Amino acid sequence: MTKKKVIKKKATKKKVAKKASHKISKGMVFEYAPAPESTKVEILPKYGNFIGGKFVAPKSGKYMESRNPATGELITKIALSNASDIDSAVKAARKAYTETWSKLSGMDRGKYLFRIARIIQERSRELAILETMDGGKPIKESRDVDLPLVAQHFFYNAGWADKLDYVMPGKKVKSIGVCGQIIPWNFPLMMAAWKIAPALACGNTIVLKPAEQTSLTALRLAEICKEAGLPDGVVNIVTGAGETGAALVEHKGVNKIAFTGSTDIGKHIARTAGKTDKKLTMELGGKSANIIFADAAIDQAVDGVVNGIYFNQGHVCCAGSRLLVEESVKDIVLKKLQKRMKQIRVGNPLDKNTDLGAINSKEQFDKIKSLVKQGKTEGGEFWQAPCSLPTKGYFFAPCYFVDQSGSASISREEVFGPVLSITTFRTPEEAVIKANDTAYGLAAGVWSEKGSKIHKVAAGLRAGVIWANTYNKFDATSPFGGFKESGYGREGGRHGLLPYLEVR
Amino acid sequence: MNLAVLKTVKMYVGGAFIRSESGATAPFYKKGTKEEIARVCVASRKDFRNAVVAAKAGEKSWSTKTAYNRSQILYRMAEMSQGKQDELVNLLKDTMGMTPAAALKEVTAAIDTFVYYAGWCDKYQQVLGAVNPVAAPYHNFTSPEHMGVIVHIDSNSFSLAKLVDNICAILVGGNSVVSIVSPECSPVVTTLGEIFETSDLPPSVVNLLSGDYKSILSIISEHMEVKGISFQNEDKAEYYELRSKSVDNMKRIIPNKLDTRQSLDLVLDFVEQKTVWHPIGY
Repeated sequence: MTKKKVIKKKATKKKVAKKASHKISKGMVFEYAPAPESTKVEILPKYGNFIGGKFVAPKSGKYMESRNPATGELITKIALSNASDIDSAVKAARKAYTETWSKLSGMDRGKYLFRIARIIQERSRELAILETMDGGKPIKESRDVDLPLVAQHFFYNAGWADKLDYVMPGKKVKSIGVCGQIIPWNFPLMMAAWKIAPALACGNTIVLKPAEQTSLTALRLAEICKEAGLPDGVVNIVTGAGETGAALVEHKGVNKIAFTGSTDIGKHIARTAGKTDKKLTMELGGKSANIIFADAAIDQAVDGVVNGIYFNQGHVCCAGSRLLVEESVKDIVLKKLQKRMKQIRVGNPLDKNTDLGAINSKEQFDKIKSLVKQGKTEGGEFWQAPCSLPTKGYFFAPCYFVDQSGSASISREEVFGPVLSITTFRTPEEAVIKANDTAYGLAAGVWSEKGSKIHKVAAGLRAGVIWANTYNKFDATSPFGGFKESGYGREGGRHGLLPYLEVR
Repeated sequence: MNLAVLKTVKMYVGGAFIRSESGATAPFYKKGTKEEIARVCVASRKDFRNAVVAAKAGEKSWSTKTAYNRSQILYRMAEMSQGKQDELVNLLKDTMGMTPAAALKEVTAAIDTFVYYAGWCDKYQQVLGAVNPVAAPYHNFTSPEHMGVIVHIDSNSFSLAKLVDNICAILVGGNSVVSIVSPECSPVVTTLGEIFETSDLPPSVVNLLSGDYKSILSIISEHMEVKGISFQNEDKAEYYELRSKSVDNMKRIIPNKLDTRQSLDLVLDFVEQKTVWHPIGY
């Protein structure tokens, strides 16, 4: 039966391939049938904060709405916390640090983290669905990228907890204390994982403030911590908006702030926390260059460009938002890119076939629209993939600007949306100069089939992550973080532990 | 009559020995006395900016040298300072009022510091870097790279060996440095400059200024070409000011580690970590 089916499918594919030549020009070979993921996950009507091992109501009694950006529907309500909630959370974290967590052996801390990793793997589908409902990212991304990484971060860091003597050879290390962690809305659970797991492995306790747009999976993680038997107060999760984050940054009982988010807010935090002894890790914005040389495997490179900028609706700090193409292959790259962009399926994030989901919030949607509008007045050419968008929710078709000047807003500002800026270069030296012509330094891509060229260019790029003949790859063992105004400190790998340790 | 020649201790910027563009100098009295034994330059804000421009050029020539070459140049510094041992000992005796034994101990420690860091230049990459076992067919490695122009604000409490230690740790990582030597230490600026000048170190990699950093603290923290600051004083208010004012280009600010000498974590403070991915396949 199955065999027959397979054969039948193959035959259909052949037929399609034969007809493809005239059909492709219309943009679609065949339509995909809807393949929606089930949304049967339990969601309470409202959520409090997770402090000292218990879910508690915010002291103000105020809640914020959490809406699905793909439909506009209300999902639940979450606590809008103030400084007094933060104070309770920091006190709970301090108590747990002094009374429990810092007294546990590395082995025991590790065992808790291993447990959490396993529970995440077991509840992975539920978490992926929730992540997509809450943030608008395609289910295939939350399922195949975010969640596997979330589990891996706990699993990887768990094993470090009893091996901290090997982190910095020849030196003694010790935990820092209570860490305040503030994370953005683009990879909600993954950011929570790669902040919480190393902090705990190193013996610290934490207070995490998720983004107000996407707090649901972090609250689910709180449940998982409870399920794993993690001692009360080791992980505290306080939801809220900017004011809540500011209270965490300013709290005197916090020894360290780890922030991921925009460069503007990061600088504000660094300015405030700079007036204290708080340690800082900053993972900020980017305007990363993706460089295609004429000797690259062009088809792969074009796919890499699409993955570089349109992955997660372009809501990626390391998105390859500036494409630099060697002049001699510009035309062919643009032709192939357009063809590939026409195949991107924009729509219901819960549909397993969707490539590009919903823009995370109205605020972000308006920001993208306004930057694109401004971009259109600044020269060059604009092209947007023709596709039908859902009528409800926030959707933006993938697009690019080509041949704008290096000073145009789209070339310099972080759009954080599916908007690509394309320019050309003639020599590798020019490519490197153009790629480095930004205040940011988070990531860069290089496409060439010549190994020596890749290494030379990679060495010249002032960025923390270089993807050569690939883009937007992440792994718990691989350090991530930027040069220059993209921040400092690394997350992931052995290097990701150092920001959570004091080296003596 | 044997009239002593009072010399002006010049600063070392861009491979040249210079006075302050402002012409400002200050008397230096033998420690604990009122006996003026030299005049030291007082760097102006323009001197500082010029030093950063020089250091920016030095960054390129130094960071692109092979690790083995950098190692040999730092070792050459040890050789040159050994040659100047007596001069340095006498200088410390005359200016700081140190006993011969104490002065010799300090100078020996400084020479040993050059040797220590010379050895790190071609090894720290192996210890601080990593090959990362990612769960997909990619070759993935992390290696430390230079940060750029680093400003070193010397400790107010005099130590030649500590000054050398901080400068060398910054150099090991491939950075160039503008060091604002404390007034206490300023009589040694020229001699120290001569050591760097004669060690095959490209010009502008190390730039030594003397004078009062306090008057230019905000200029230092707001300078966009400065990527990091090593602040070796204990004044918390100044440290907080530096940190909070230097966020425009997200400078890396490292507070004093007065008790840490000859240590790899001082190198780690001023390197960036770069991770490169490449697919593995046919």
